[in-house]
Amino acid sequence: MDTHAVQVTGLRKTYGGRTAVDGITFEIARGETFALLGPNGAGKSTTVEILEGYRRRSGGDVRVLGVDPGDGGLDWKARLGIVLQSTGQAGLVTVREQLRQFAGFYPRPRDVDGVIAAVGLQRQADTRIAKLSGGQQRRVDVALGVIGRPELLFLDEPTTGFDPQARREFWDLIRTLQADGTTIVLTTHYLDEAAQLADRAAVIAGGRLRAIGTLDRLGGPEARVPIVRWRESGVARAERTDRPLAFANALSARLGTEPEQLEIVRPSLEDIYLDLVEDAATSPDLGAADSAEADLSKAEDVR
Amino acid sequence: MTAVTAAALPGAAVPGVLRTGIHRTRFEILQYFRAGDTVFFTFLFPVFMLALFSVAFGGDGDIRLAPELPAISMAGIHLPGMLAAGLLLSGFQNLAVDIASERSDGTLKRLGGTPLSPVAYFAGKIGQVAVTGTLQAALLLAVAAFAFGVDLPAEPERWLTFTWVFALGITAAALLGVAVSALPRTAKSATAVIVPIALVLQFISGVFLTFSQLPDWLQDIASVFPLKWMAQGMRAVFLPDAFAVLERGEGWNLLSVLLALAIWLVAGLVAARLTFRWIRRDA
Repeated sequence: MDTHAVQVTGLRKTYGGRTAVDGITFEIARGETFALLGPNGAGKSTTVEILEGYRRRSGGDVRVLGVDPGDGGLDWKARLGIVLQSTGQAGLVTVREQLRQFAGFYPRPRDVDGVIAAVGLQRQADTRIAKLSGGQQRRVDVALGVIGRPELLFLDEPTTGFDPQARREFWDLIRTLQADGTTIVLTTHYLDEAAQLADRAAVIAGGRLRAIGTLDRLGGPEARVPIVRWRESGVARAERTDRPLAFANALSARLGTEPEQLEIVRPSLEDIYLDLVEDAATSPDLGAADSAEADLSKAEDVR
Repeated sequence: MTAVTAAALPGAAVPGVLRTGIHRTRFEILQYFRAGDTVFFTFLFPVFMLALFSVAFGGDGDIRLAPELPAISMAGIHLPGMLAAGLLLSGFQNLAVDIASERSDGTLKRLGGTPLSPVAYFAGKIGQVAVTGTLQAALLLAVAAFAFGVDLPAEPERWLTFTWVFALGITAAALLGVAVSALPRTAKSATAVIVPIALVLQFISGVFLTFSQLPDWLQDIASVFPLKWMAQGMRAVFLPDAFAVLERGEGWNLLSVLLALAIWLVAGLVAARLTFRWIRRDA
């Protein structure tokens, strides 16, 4: 069995003349939880929909569980679980009826009552879905995504609209799936969620991969260089340095006094993410250009 | 949740189309009868209209459509048309609105991400139409016979005709419904687009108005569409043979009914096959 759940090489997607995805390459190992981060309209959803088999790619090579999603048959779909961003619910049926229906599509479904319990809807099991709250309906979405015992689970912004407690409970549910060996592709806007759940993350902006790696290394060491901030002659100043204490001492010596409003901070995950996305907006060809071109020539061979 | 890794148990096959088709049919019927609006506007509507015509216009007792023809009750005149309308509503209107809504609210996209085969999905829809259409026809016949004293035919050959007109008609209507479901762009516009088509067809095809009393040019237009042929087939079953003189060509012309319905069935099948997508568009 191949060790990768997902392999994407030089993926391109154009709509008419517009390029939505411009040469993206990454791999996801089996059992890994991988977060896709990026602003709306950055090519994130298009990438995921190509992996799920909903859209066809314009170029590049994609393997999901060893299969090209463009040719993925029903047996392949039976190994996936897909929780879409926002989907219609059969509001007239109960939670249990809906789960029983979906369980019937799969060769080895999970136990319906077990899944209902796992998403915390035991008390609503016989309630019509239309009568549930938004957060509860979202849990039904997740339950439908996992009922088929997927090897690979796609979660597209799963906790939007959840209260903090519901989000914690959802994270616990995802950890059970991780413990079961499920590979998870998580698309989210919440960086704390990615930090909590994901082994690795990729930032996509402007149709290109801006950074990829474990959450504590995302953006590379230069993105994590501490910042020393202070005020001097009424002007806010800042300096990024690997030796902030030595810098602050030197600063203090130079000024002959305690620097005004001195602070030493390490960029938060959010700061790093925003820097990456801003870089993408100002210099669209940053970094990804070389690999994208190399992948393009390869993509033509493949096709 | 059971701690079994999915990867550890490879090789189980996806359930067959027959099994998932029956599974879907059950689910579809459950959903159908829980939706109050479809139950009224699709399922009970022809029964309601039959009762309305009989009560509103039946006060003067039986009527004569022509001097040489025997008198007949209002319910007796309208029963064949209402049966035909039932085929159109249960097949065409029901599926067109239903599938358009499922496409627009994301239900189809969700199903498209599962190992459910499109064939099983349609088996479920057709199964739902077959079951609800049969129940509807049975209810119409029962109401006509017991509430309004319509004499139902006793001859087996008439019921044989009824069976094939019903089967061909509802299948063609269902397939055309699937094909037309691609037209509305949103769930909200689905009823606005579909219902007027069905309504106009009912007016020109001899459902609400006696077909023989429509002007010839309107009869010609109606003859292009399948509802006119369903209604004609049903008249052949439920009206005394003497009434055949009111038809064009002064006969029931069942061969034309058969041909017209068969052509529409094939056209519907081809169109449904060509237009159906799990999601709205893939650029």
